[in-house]
Amino acid sequence: MIPGVDPDRPGVYVHVPFCTHRCDYCAFTTFTDRGHLIGEYVDACVTHVGRLVASGRLVEAATVYVGGGTPSLVPSADLARLLDAIPRAADAEVTVEVNPDSVDGTALATYRSAGVTRVSVGVQSTRPTVLAALGRTHDRDNVTRTVDALHRVGLPSWNLDLIVGAAGETDADLDATLDEVLALEPPHLSVYGLMVEPGTPLARRVADGEVPAPDPDVQADRYLVADARLTAAGLDWYEVSNWARPGHECRHNLGYWAGADCLAVGAAAHGHLAGTRWVNVPTPESYVRRVADGLDPAASSETVGPATRERERTGLALRTRWGVPVPPDRTDRLADLVGAGLVEVTDGRVVCTPAGRLLASEVTLALWPDAHDDPDGPSPAARPGVGTRYH
Amino acid sequence: MPPIERFRSFSIIAHIDHGKSTLADRILELCKAVDSRDMRAQYLDSMDLERERGITIKAQNVRLDWKDHVLNLIDTPGHVDFGYEVSRSLAACEGALLLVDASQGIEAQTLANCYQALEADLTIVAALNKIDLPAAEPDKRAEEIERVLGIPAHEVLRISAKTGEGVEALLDAIVAQVPPPSGDPDAPLQALMFDSVYDPYRGVVSSVRVFEGTLTSGAKLLYVNAGANHDAEEIGVRRPGMTPVAALGPGEVGYLIAGIKDVGEARVGETVTTAVKPGVAMPGYREPKPMVFCGLYPVDGDEYALLRESLEKLRLNDSSFTYEPETSGALGFGFRCGFLGLLHMEITRERLEREYRLSLVATAPNVEYVAHLTNGGTEIVDNPSSLPPTNDTDFIEEPYTTVTMLTPTEYVGTLMELCQQRRGEMGKMEYLSEERVELVYELPLAEIVMDFFDQLKSRTKGYASLDYEPSGYRRSNLVKVDVLLNSAPVDAFSAIVHRDKAYDYGRRMTQKLRELIPRQLFDVPIQAAISGRIIARETVKAKRKDVIAKCYGGDISRKRKLLDRQKEGKKRMKQIGRVEVPQEAFVAALTLDD
Repeated sequence: MIPGVDPDRPGVYVHVPFCTHRCDYCAFTTFTDRGHLIGEYVDACVTHVGRLVASGRLVEAATVYVGGGTPSLVPSADLARLLDAIPRAADAEVTVEVNPDSVDGTALATYRSAGVTRVSVGVQSTRPTVLAALGRTHDRDNVTRTVDALHRVGLPSWNLDLIVGAAGETDADLDATLDEVLALEPPHLSVYGLMVEPGTPLARRVADGEVPAPDPDVQADRYLVADARLTAAGLDWYEVSNWARPGHECRHNLGYWAGADCLAVGAAAHGHLAGTRWVNVPTPESYVRRVADGLDPAASSETVGPATRERERTGLALRTRWGVPVPPDRTDRLADLVGAGLVEVTDGRVVCTPAGRLLASEVTLALWPDAHDDPDGPSPAARPGVGTRYH
Repeated sequence: MPPIERFRSFSIIAHIDHGKSTLADRILELCKAVDSRDMRAQYLDSMDLERERGITIKAQNVRLDWKDHVLNLIDTPGHVDFGYEVSRSLAACEGALLLVDASQGIEAQTLANCYQALEADLTIVAALNKIDLPAAEPDKRAEEIERVLGIPAHEVLRISAKTGEGVEALLDAIVAQVPPPSGDPDAPLQALMFDSVYDPYRGVVSSVRVFEGTLTSGAKLLYVNAGANHDAEEIGVRRPGMTPVAALGPGEVGYLIAGIKDVGEARVGETVTTAVKPGVAMPGYREPKPMVFCGLYPVDGDEYALLRESLEKLRLNDSSFTYEPETSGALGFGFRCGFLGLLHMEITRERLEREYRLSLVATAPNVEYVAHLTNGGTEIVDNPSSLPPTNDTDFIEEPYTTVTMLTPTEYVGTLMELCQQRRGEMGKMEYLSEERVELVYELPLAEIVMDFFDQLKSRTKGYASLDYEPSGYRRSNLVKVDVLLNSAPVDAFSAIVHRDKAYDYGRRMTQKLRELIPRQLFDVPIQAAISGRIIARETVKAKRKDVIAKCYGGDISRKRKLLDRQKEGKKRMKQIGRVEVPQEAFVAALTLDD
């Protein structure tokens, strides 16, 4: 039901695990001390792609997404070389994530000529206090410059990422950020509630009482404010944290939410192919070595059975504006959710309201099949306290 | 077999952590009862729970050879809940070894048990343990013992059970000071049962001490108090392995297997005699009487039958708890269970969950009230929600206890304050030494049941100790406080409290529940009420955000697992109306801060 997803062509995700600086909240795999490896890392990615093509697993990519880390740290010629290696459909969407303080017009021009159709800029906020609280190093002027450069280069689509709920962020900060960001007329915006991920510097600072944990109610308020402002500006909501002008939805991400296949290139990249999900080895060194040794860089994988896949699909689709078909056996629970103003039912589909999107986990649990109906069953680790029964 | 003059039977009286089990281990080694290869630490504490909690619940006994004497060591239960069992273990002995930590000094319960031993005319041999520790103050502790028990300080032995120092001398002292038993092997049999455990293969195995006559294998026996006949299928002694013998004569301690399947038919304190030439019952027998009650309910209503079956099985091994089916509007089908005390309650619940793999909701513990009705009748109330309406009630009585506390001097003030808050009346205050004080209070049992022990420990940094015994019923001004969740009363939350404390209780209970009940998809009002009148209100505000902000390639499995966990978490909650209530909420009353 999720549109724009080509079931016969996979996406390709390329992970670039290099940064000059680690942001406090970031839980992605990235390294700040290994810039010297970038050249051989790109070589390894190109080799790996070559093998995927040779083995027939990659014929034609529907979408390519280069994420990080900081892909814009890779010299643009190297990035172009990598993209050139990936066979793509004629209408392929090719996205590169960039950091406002490590990208310039020249690089963007190179991207454009290498077939990049879309750039995602990590803005997070335009307020200096909020940026400092997030541990970001860029400023508002970087963002403006980057967007100017995007226009000059003539990229057909682009996105700005925002984070709400950082320590010290006020309602006025959010208003100001939205004012400034919307003035740039982006075709796509992602707005993420700040998450405190285990193992991040932010998690440590929260645990030490240095900064308060994000207040869920404040995040909820700000989410609703952002949703209203974005909608009024002509950006339509289409996934929990994503808004776009019509036709500018990110097709690569739609693929994730539709359960489509995706190949994984680079260290720590996640892939999914016909019910198997895997993750590549975690460090650039180990990835380079695996590829050099002619080995599959996958470090671990799991098989996602049909019933589990169905549950995943429900959970993911409920995060989108397309929702799920009305489940036949959940009448009471659905009525409760409608009554609580969390979902709406239109044309036989259940879609979250703005309040419901904020409670998407609860909505999903209410509409999930019961675990005992599930032949795959939840993973054993998720079922503490259940053992052999005494009879 | 050595003559009766060479027998010595003794118990060890000691506070938790004063080293009783370590000493027992050392004695077993010295008497070569256990090969040191087989020696596992704390040999006598056989139940997992006993080892974990460092306490003895069941009385164990072992027969040992020391030089040319036979020692019967009877290990006594180490907790106030099992005072009656202690008294029966002591009744099986001629002597008691008082073991006191040389840095901690004597504790309230140890003292209470010593008084019991003295009343039973036992010879007390006192020893200070852990003298190898730098904090040991044996001189000071010996003086305290002299002061409270009249045992001359210079006679108090000094040992280290850990290093073994002084343990040989201690055994010699027991042989020298504890009198041998007496008794006529040809007299009518009188054997005291001081412990019974259920063994799934052998049925009930009882521990007995023969006072008069001879217990012989195969004899037709009469259990005097139960009025039942059984055959002595096997008798024997524990060395510590079970070793069958043909007969046990006066002064001997051993085990008895008589084809019994339920420990309730072989109760502690029972007198065993022969059917052909019956002796009379020994004094001191008591039916176990539960003092503390709570409701036990399966979290999953489908496990009700399994819970009943588990209770039946557990009772084969512990006749001192009771259970009756009851129905709760909030919790469904379950059982009202009675226990000797709080620890007994906790242990029983833990065993049910652990050994029978049940997931249980336990309600807050309560005591047994007597409601005197306006029509002249009385009603026993062991569940707060079944208290008769105020209009039908003339007055209510509640059980009181005499509470003895031993504390370092500096904590006297805070303990008096605690007892005051808990409606206590001071009975006695006496200095045992310059540093230690004995406080005696009359307190309602209901106040002790509510985390009194935890409060005592936290206020005195763990230094004070406590013992209590029932002292009868008293009339009190009590009311029932109901708790309403989402405007509907929840019977499992009802409590009986003193009228003067009812408002405060209602306020703290609603606050506590607001903390414990997670936010739901709608506002949940929590109210406290007396006879329908609201006295306190709190609201659990509706949850507004529960979503994972980012959900791309690598997040998908993680998100699914998080949702699986969230779903399992919901299963462990009890659904009351539309509200999901965690198990901890049902014992919220126990964790109200003063």
